[in-house]
Amino acid sequence: MGYKVIEGLYYTKNDEWVKVEGDIGTVGITDYAQDKLGDIVYLEDIEKGNKIKAGETLTTIESVKAASDIYAPVSGEVIEVNSEVIKEPSIINKDPYGKGWIAKIKIENPDELKELMKAEEYSNYRKE
Amino acid sequence: MEELKRTPLYEEHKKLGAKMVPFGGWEMPIQYTSIIEEHLNVRSNVGVFDVSHMGEIELHGKDALSFADYLVTNSVKKMKNGRVKYTPMCYPDGGEVDDLFVYKIKDDFVLLVVNASNYEKDLDWILQHKEGFDVDVQGKSFDYGEIAVQGPKAEAFLKDYFEGEIPLTELKYFHSEYGTLFGKKVLISRTGYTGEDGFEVYSDSKDIVYLWQTVLDKGKPFHIMPAGLGARDTLRFEVAYWLYGDEIDETTNPFEAGQGFAVKLKKEKFIGKEALAKIKEEGIKRKLVGLEVPHGGIPRHGMKVLKNGQEVGYITSGNFCPSLNKICAMAYVPVEYSEAGTDVEVEIRNRKANAKVVNLPFLEPRAGKK
Repeated sequence: MGYKVIEGLYYTKNDEWVKVEGDIGTVGITDYAQDKLGDIVYLEDIEKGNKIKAGETLTTIESVKAASDIYAPVSGEVIEVNSEVIKEPSIINKDPYGKGWIAKIKIENPDELKELMKAEEYSNYRKE
Repeated sequence: MEELKRTPLYEEHKKLGAKMVPFGGWEMPIQYTSIIEEHLNVRSNVGVFDVSHMGEIELHGKDALSFADYLVTNSVKKMKNGRVKYTPMCYPDGGEVDDLFVYKIKDDFVLLVVNASNYEKDLDWILQHKEGFDVDVQGKSFDYGEIAVQGPKAEAFLKDYFEGEIPLTELKYFHSEYGTLFGKKVLISRTGYTGEDGFEVYSDSKDIVYLWQTVLDKGKPFHIMPAGLGARDTLRFEVAYWLYGDEIDETTNPFEAGQGFAVKLKKEKFIGKEALAKIKEEGIKRKLVGLEVPHGGIPRHGMKVLKNGQEVGYITSGNFCPSLNKICAMAYVPVEYSEAGTDVEVEIRNRKANAKVVNLPFLEPRAGKK
């Protein structure tokens, strides 16, 4: 079974994605991640205005089966949180790259993006 | 690591696209599509589970029933043929070896159905205690296949396909009978682990693939779906059925777990009787309770329960309840904090989450309410 990977996004080894528009990075988890987690039932609220470093825990997500941390793919300030997915985390299962986005980070250091994978590379990384 | 065992339905699970996980030494399907979808389908229609991993132990001989009665805490000696009882099986100190179903097939044949993860341990335990009883103990886990057909539509679905001593519609809760289902010889009981009406079906292991396929095929008009261990766990959790290893183990006793109904101290003798009588006389110190946890995540087994900042108990299991749309947990807390409405805290990932004690079960089972 193939997992959906979207061109133009950056990907982490921990299965987060970041979409870059200007200096804003929208963060979510990949189709692979939502499928591995299974039914997502809880997403810990994130504080707007938080300054976070790449690789630090952004929030914790829980499915019926298990809890798992979501890490910030880039450093910066959290400027927006998707309150819809905090209320209804199963949106992430249904639309991980769209309505299931989690937070927006004001990117501090665009060089960090070079450390992340492009679509093709990530696709190979998670090929089963 | 020990190699995982596979049920005869392993290939069927693969064909259905199940995610397989290790459970109690077996490689089992945790889900086919979605745990929540499978859960809700069992509550509203009917689901089929592979439970062939469960352990079957047969007791044969003139003392089969009195031996079973000695092993377990519930009273099984006077059961009529076909009757099934749920019971803990205890150590001399009152801790639990396992919880199981006792099927009285006839006077000289009793079937014990035990947890998969405890099968070998139970078999050893039972063999160690048979001295003085005229009984032949046979571990038969690999000879039996078992499926559970559970949900409000289970009876309407299976009634026309079963032929036995009495029609399925007349088979009472916690009763069993032999017959044929889709032409295969089965032992069927109106029992389950979901809180819904439904049946557990035992067959020769070589017939279970045919039964599984036929149930899935003929069950289509009743919206049948296969359901995995994930749904089995959330279903049993909502109705607060114990899971060995979570709510009960060798360190818990039946009274604190809320299983006092299945401990018959009037029985002449059984393993654990003296210890359990003492526990009952002195009164329990802690109790299994329900918790509602509105924020902070899902409490999982082993997490701490706090009162006024002090650790007072632990979570046995916690989950999202798909039928109630909220997060709940079961926990052992001191009796003084066990009243419904008591505020406590749960430590989830080094943060404190508020929780409120509620009565169990979270959801009233519909099984047996016919």
